[in-house]
Amino acid sequence: MRAFEYLAPTTIGEAVAALAGKGDGGRFLAGGTDLIVQLRCGVLDVGLVVDVKKIPELNVIAFRPAEGLTIGAAVPCHRIAEHADVARVYPGLVDAVALIGGTAIQGRATLGGNLCNAAPSGDSIPAMIVLEATCTIAGPAGLRTVTVERFCTGPGKTLLNPGELLVSVHLPPPMANSGACYLRFIPRHEMDIAVVGVGASVVLNADRAVIEAARLALGAVGPTPLYAEAAGAALKGKTPSEESFAEAARLAQKAARPITDLRGTEAQRRHLVGVLTRRVLRGAVERAKGGAADVR
Amino acid sequence: MSAKTRVNAKINGEQVEFLCEPRQSLLECLRDILGLTGSKEGCNDGNCGACSVLLNGRVVNSCLVLGVEVQGQEVITVEGLADWRGLHPLQQAFLDHAALQCGYCIPGILIASKALLDRETNPSEERIRTWLAGNLCRCTGYDKIVRAVQDAAARLKQARREVNS
Repeated sequence: MRAFEYLAPTTIGEAVAALAGKGDGGRFLAGGTDLIVQLRCGVLDVGLVVDVKKIPELNVIAFRPAEGLTIGAAVPCHRIAEHADVARVYPGLVDAVALIGGTAIQGRATLGGNLCNAAPSGDSIPAMIVLEATCTIAGPAGLRTVTVERFCTGPGKTLLNPGELLVSVHLPPPMANSGACYLRFIPRHEMDIAVVGVGASVVLNADRAVIEAARLALGAVGPTPLYAEAAGAALKGKTPSEESFAEAARLAQKAARPITDLRGTEAQRRHLVGVLTRRVLRGAVERAKGGAADVR
Repeated sequence: MSAKTRVNAKINGEQVEFLCEPRQSLLECLRDILGLTGSKEGCNDGNCGACSVLLNGRVVNSCLVLGVEVQGQEVITVEGLADWRGLHPLQQAFLDHAALQCGYCIPGILIASKALLDRETNPSEERIRTWLAGNLCRCTGYDKIVRAVQDAAARLKQARREVNS
């Protein structure tokens, strides 16, 4: 690994100031499970690494029923998956964070890092998109907020300007009679990268017979995780049924832009988008009805 | 070469101080500076688990942690498992079940298993296999490893019962 300087500031202001004017010459470090690998293999070459794990705002995980859930960008996956309120209120998020890497990766890898790494296959990203998550970003000019579906702009690329810091991700409180679910396909059970990942959220009406709103998001079938808006919108006003799920799955397949690579072919990925979309919709509806969906 | 940083950490229960460059991983610091060669380098990118250590009680890949990041933290390596009474029950169970062949992955597997048994007294076979998914072994086929962890869980339970009775 090439030599670099290391700083571990304790405030957002200090962290942002440390990278100000550095351009691509510096990086923020959270869990390091992507960054350290990239530095070691030479994909990245920076003169300064700024560890953000000592900044309180980036370590917070707080749920308030009226406000929703805030997760600091440096909170590791295991803390999210083991958080009682998160497991109870946002099982669709836990689906995703609990399967990023294995136990040792879970101990370090963060939600913020998964997002900033901007892999098309990043498992947490479709889950966050369907849960309408927003990002709080700090920069020299102050704070700004963007939706997660706008955050990734290409493989490994985000809308963060040089020196901007992802502070936290916020999930709104879930609507009544709503549920979400994330599933991915990999050849083994764990420790692998998604061939395809699909997230869904649904809101049912009061008697839980009609879908009032739905969101679908797709992973590993485009240059970024994709928000399949039309596929979700098509479910509005429909009865949750295999027919309506199949129609949404067809639209999700249409929204997918898969490529053939070492993990799977274009055709296989498009097929999987259909299969997983139907499964996550079943899971999301089950959870919206108050059942514990066992979709894995 | 950048300036070396002074790092203070508790390693295997002992307060230690060492000098390292920011670019040196915790694994390099353990092996090359502190002489703790029990943790192994396999893939050096977080896939194999041979370098697993406990950082504040959590399993981590020490190849994916910078040495400077452990300032003020607590690290346990395989060297910290045995105590004056002898081997840790996990180590003894691995020997009794012959749960190793070349042994390269075993320090990491012992550490990861300890983290599991520190949390759960009676993990199922499936739970053990999932927990250890990030620790690759190319010799044993895992069956003996899983049986050794289950046996160690039973021995630890028995030991606790004896302490409490």
